[in-house]
Amino acid sequence: MTIICINCPIGCRMDVEVEGQTVISVKGNNCARGKSYAQVECVNPTRTLTSTVRLVDGPMEALSVKTSRPVPKTKLRQCIRELKGVEVKPPVKIGDVIARNIAGTGIDMVSTKDIP
Amino acid sequence: MFDCMIIGAGVVGCSIARELSRYNLDLCVLDKEEDAACVTSKANSGIVHAGYDAEPGSCKALFNARGQRMFEKLSRELDFPFKRCGSIVLGFKEDDIAVLNSLMERGTKNGLDDLRIIGKEELSLIEPNISENAVAALLAPSGGIVSPYEMTIALAENATQNGVKFFFGAKVQSLEKLSGRSGGEFFRAKTSKGCFESKIVINAAGLFADEINNMLSAIKFKVIPRKGEYCLLDSSEAGLVSHTVFQTPGPMGKGVLATQTADGNILLGPTSKDVLDKEDFSTTSDGLSEVLAKASRSLKKIPTDKIITSFAGLRAHVESDDFIAGESEDVKGLINFIGIESPGLSAAPALGEKAAQIACAILSPPRKHSFNPFRPKTPRFRELSNQERQALIEGDPNYGKIICRCEKVSKAEILAALRSPLKPSSLDAIKRRTRVGMGRCQSGFCMMKLVGIISEELGASPDAVTKFGGASTLLVCRNKSELKEEFE
Amino acid sequence: MKAVDVVIIGGGPAGLAAAIGAKNAGAGSILVIERDSRLGGILNQCIHNGFGLHTFNEELTGSEYSARYEAMARDLGVPVLLNSMVVDITPDRRVFAVNERGVQELQAKAVVLAMGCRERPRGSLNIAGSRTAGIFTAGTAQKFVNIDGWMPGREVVVLGSGDIGLIMARRMTLEGASVKAVAEVMPYSGGLKRNIVQCLDDFGIPLLLSHTVIEIFGKDRLSGVAIAEVDESRKPIEKTRRLVPCDTLLLSVGLIPENELSKMAGVKLSPATGGPYVNESFQTSVEGIFACGNVLHVHDLVDFVSEESEIAGANAAGYAMGRGLSGGGIPVIAGNGVRYCVPWHINPDNVIDKISLRFRVTGVYRNSRVSVRFDDNQVFGRKSMILTPGEMESVTLKKETIAKLASAKKITVSVEEG
Repeated sequence: MTIICINCPIGCRMDVEVEGQTVISVKGNNCARGKSYAQVECVNPTRTLTSTVRLVDGPMEALSVKTSRPVPKTKLRQCIRELKGVEVKPPVKIGDVIARNIAGTGIDMVSTKDIP
Repeated sequence: MFDCMIIGAGVVGCSIARELSRYNLDLCVLDKEEDAACVTSKANSGIVHAGYDAEPGSCKALFNARGQRMFEKLSRELDFPFKRCGSIVLGFKEDDIAVLNSLMERGTKNGLDDLRIIGKEELSLIEPNISENAVAALLAPSGGIVSPYEMTIALAENATQNGVKFFFGAKVQSLEKLSGRSGGEFFRAKTSKGCFESKIVINAAGLFADEINNMLSAIKFKVIPRKGEYCLLDSSEAGLVSHTVFQTPGPMGKGVLATQTADGNILLGPTSKDVLDKEDFSTTSDGLSEVLAKASRSLKKIPTDKIITSFAGLRAHVESDDFIAGESEDVKGLINFIGIESPGLSAAPALGEKAAQIACAILSPPRKHSFNPFRPKTPRFRELSNQERQALIEGDPNYGKIICRCEKVSKAEILAALRSPLKPSSLDAIKRRTRVGMGRCQSGFCMMKLVGIISEELGASPDAVTKFGGASTLLVCRNKSELKEEFE
Repeated sequence: MKAVDVVIIGGGPAGLAAAIGAKNAGAGSILVIERDSRLGGILNQCIHNGFGLHTFNEELTGSEYSARYEAMARDLGVPVLLNSMVVDITPDRRVFAVNERGVQELQAKAVVLAMGCRERPRGSLNIAGSRTAGIFTAGTAQKFVNIDGWMPGREVVVLGSGDIGLIMARRMTLEGASVKAVAEVMPYSGGLKRNIVQCLDDFGIPLLLSHTVIEIFGKDRLSGVAIAEVDESRKPIEKTRRLVPCDTLLLSVGLIPENELSKMAGVKLSPATGGPYVNESFQTSVEGIFACGNVLHVHDLVDFVSEESEIAGANAAGYAMGRGLSGGGIPVIAGNGVRYCVPWHINPDNVIDKISLRFRVTGVYRNSRVSVRFDDNQVFGRKSMILTPGEMESVTLKKETIAKLASAKKITVSVEEG
């Protein structure tokens, strides 16, 4: 498969040969960072998801949240779906768990704001 | 049954309403828009013309001359921004001097005795940023600038204080003259807000004044919408010109003006193009380039990076090229104001008087002793000294909450606008009253705060708040409330 | 009137770091004045991650990054005046701030300007068309969605592919909107590759390079925009014009340092950055008035903002405590391929430690070299596979290098071949 490296503005277009769960070869990269990015991105692409949930009785109406670790890219929309309808009341601290085991990933959504 | 129904809440309709509110009359003003000054009266040059331009003896000349002299008193009574900054007409070549001379001659015939031609030296002294190519200019010290929408709203508010009823969102669908059981005649207007009846009708419907007249009269008129496009510059550039700077017509036809606005921005424009659609307020890339190209004849340099917005307005042009101001020849009790284009704003106070004279001749009403010519002043935070600000905040802490950072508008002013006589509710209506969101960030920072204040004050959901009424909502739904199928 | 050693205008990332810098440098009394109801400035609405890799060696969201600095400031006992807007400032450093309690008048020994920047509005582009509802700057939309929890539209076109535009394309998508396209007038994006991949490619959002919005349609609410390709001189090519139905246009077309107060104080501004001319100590043309963060020049990394602001704050504290700064200095020239460089001049006598030169290049340069010369002598060189205008470059000159400066007449930063 072909992917674009995200490490620097060059954005190398890399041809990656994958067999099962293993990267066989990476072509087109200019540096080692590109190669290691390709190895992860082609086998198990993950993203840190940031979003909001409804904040009730707070100084604003949205509380920002994120996945405590990156989740599989394929699960992003499912995570969002599960956040719909979640409501939180202050006080909340950064790192407080807002939704456990989001989309069955074993990863939690945590608050990224302190709301006293 | 109203004594008098005024159709149109632009500057002409509101001037008339306010003049007539001096008498014991039941008055109403109907307008299809959500607020006063929503069409031509909000998007024009905001110039009070000295009066050298119109053909001597024409209605334009007559009402301009009378009207422009009324602005000092009116702006004092009603507290709207007006400044007699003077105007100049630039000549760029020797031939132009003849044009300037003929303008001066016309002005003298129209009653102006202070016009004079100035040379290059004096010109560069009073306007240092004017192009080197200008060789001479006609100076008219009595030219002025006014905030056209603040003036219109002020007139409307003062009329309301004095008993006039305003109906917005009331588009006249049909209008007829009927005979009552006692034999007396009256008018009935069917509108989108119900039926209204009155003894006389004053047609101040601007772009639609032809259609209103044509519903009643056999003498037909046609209003041609004439589009004018403008560019508005940041108030940081206010020093660019201090007079209103016109041009003698050049190779590109009629020129454009460069002026300070009454609120301290710089305005360039307008173009002049007849269009078909009376509701086409779009700007065009040709139009905006034309404004800049023509304005660059007048100015050494235009700081185009300081343009904060552009807009287009439509003037109500008629073929006769003069105001039609008076009672209809075939429909008694219908008083028409048709083709009120430039210098309509300058003439508006005089047109108000004219309408009142005609209406009073028909209705012979007694004067209203309780008439109050003064509109209560709302302090404007940005215009005050720090001592005055301190005193205000002590009385009302909301004066210490600045909502619009660019124009320094406080929460107190926004609440006052929301509670003002015409009960405005949209962002643009509040903007016209307070200048909130009119500055260099163009409401980027304050929009949400404003939506919050409006929704709280009106008890409406934030997604019901509009930019200018109708379906012009800003917010559509809460986050995630309309997730698509792929999220399932 | 209250006397304060260092008054810091703005409580965003620049102001917070400046306060910490000032306090750590021993300033007696300081005060941060913030117009919002909370500290953190624009970081509060930057809920995406990618902040703090340089400073904290971990990836934080904007709000988390801000919280770290707020905690540091709190621990140092930095006094803060919230909900207060500075309305006046004089060259002799009298500062007037307005809040619910009235007009607070302060006499500062030193002032740090940290007001940040604002977004370029539609008007500055003069896009033709109707003035309908549904046109927002990307940052305004970001505030609606991330702070207030309300969506400003359903079907979106984004104009401008800077990072804010890209980030907002993803945010709108993940809150339920459909993003039709991101149009970029330049032949390259000003945003990070990472954002192009993770904000657009991940969601199949097309990035239209060398395209712009030429007309806006709609009566009450936006109903669509016309997009066209542009030629080399960025003029739209009429025959490529096509209509994209949408109800929302988000503009991410540039940031402008917000220097209205700086002008009031008589501070001279650079047309290249829109921010004050500063020396190596971040002092502006007005003695005792310092500037840092996006009010000085628009950054793409908050880490650089913090670093620079901490130094500015420390220097302001030093000035307030009587450490005079020598005037003048050797000019820093933006040479070939460099649009501007901050600081604008360096007086070696004022340099305590190292100095960072921060600059932007004028175009995309491949396989080139960043070079710093004192007169004609190269004192720094760094090969670079790629330089783009979207990414701020930074070169640090050590104290020993600065020592060689004494006899030089100018410092030139430029992009040189290979």
